[in-house]
Amino acid sequence: MKSKIRIWLGLFLSFLRIGAFTFGGGYAMIPLIQKEAVEKNKWVTDDDILEIVAIAESTPGPIAINAATFIGYRVGGILGAFFSTFGVVLPSFVIILLISHLLREFQEYRAFRYAFEGIRAGVLALIIKALFGMYKKCKKGLFAYIAMAASFILAAFFDVPVYFIIIGCALFGLVTSLLHKRRAEK
Amino acid sequence: MIYLQLLWAFFKIGALTFGGGLAMLPLIEDEVLSHGWIDRELLVNFIAVAESTPGPIAVNLSTYVGSEVGGFFGALCATLGVVTPSFIIILIVARCYEKFKENKIVKGCMSGLKPCVVGLIGAAAVSVFCTVFIPDGFKLSLFSEIGTYTSLGIFAAALFMSHKKLHPIFVVCFSAIAGIAFGYLL
Repeated sequence: MKSKIRIWLGLFLSFLRIGAFTFGGGYAMIPLIQKEAVEKNKWVTDDDILEIVAIAESTPGPIAINAATFIGYRVGGILGAFFSTFGVVLPSFVIILLISHLLREFQEYRAFRYAFEGIRAGVLALIIKALFGMYKKCKKGLFAYIAMAASFILAAFFDVPVYFIIIGCALFGLVTSLLHKRRAEK
Repeated sequence: MIYLQLLWAFFKIGALTFGGGLAMLPLIEDEVLSHGWIDRELLVNFIAVAESTPGPIAVNLSTYVGSEVGGFFGALCATLGVVTPSFIIILIVARCYEKFKENKIVKGCMSGLKPCVVGLIGAAAVSVFCTVFIPDGFKLSLFSEIGTYTSLGIFAAALFMSHKKLHPIFVVCFSAIAGIAFGYLL
């Protein structure tokens, strides 16, 4: 029991550090996860990290949460998963609570409004950068272009709820890949 | 019951976001704007904050929206909501991930989801573009307003900076300083 508690505490503290010291989310977190979970604690191997990234990408939810839950579970069972996830979320939660409070206080200042006018233009650049990154990573093909164009048009110009688009695309992908397979087998 | 609404909205967001971070943006926009929880401008401001504070971007955004709408407990519900689907799904996948990796259904769905996310982020970029450049609807006078050109300048510079792989924090800081400078000078 004592050794288990030590593992849970270790997971919690490691992921607390990971949550507190990575800026930029998911992928920025991988090197630090590797350092804490592979080099320092030898909980998992480098190969496991690659697996974890692949799984985190093909399951829903934030990549950081997926990785924390996965490693925590492998090392310390369900409670291990709980403490890792709790650890990685806690710094965000506390910091953002404080900041959202501060933002409300500062809203009245002119300099603050000017700053955010500039920042909004900068955010557009960050989103476009993310867009191109995602586009590059995506497998191309007639089907992929159709799905891309359809979801873009439906989301940008029609009031179709995003959930329908996502579920629709998943089904569309499933059906075409199964049909493709059946044709290849014939 | 605002807390339950937040919990459910962010549960859906967590369950249907693939690819982490900004891939969540279209879903958050959909939920937050349709409930009228916060306005577009505030949301875009906060993307910048979420990218420049430590921790997963998705958790940062959820905590913020929650705290803006329902204070501490609102933040708690939103964050809990966004984390729970990941947690449950990873616990299931971790037990049988060899099978999961090779699963035809998972692969088929992913082949539709990846291009879908590209299209959705494209749509989010359009909506952020509108927030930045045509906040009050399209008017010809926009072309004679100096703000349009300063925003365009900041956007171009920020795009160049992120193309050069500068960290988002620097892009946000630069945009803030440029926004303040233009605001007071012009």
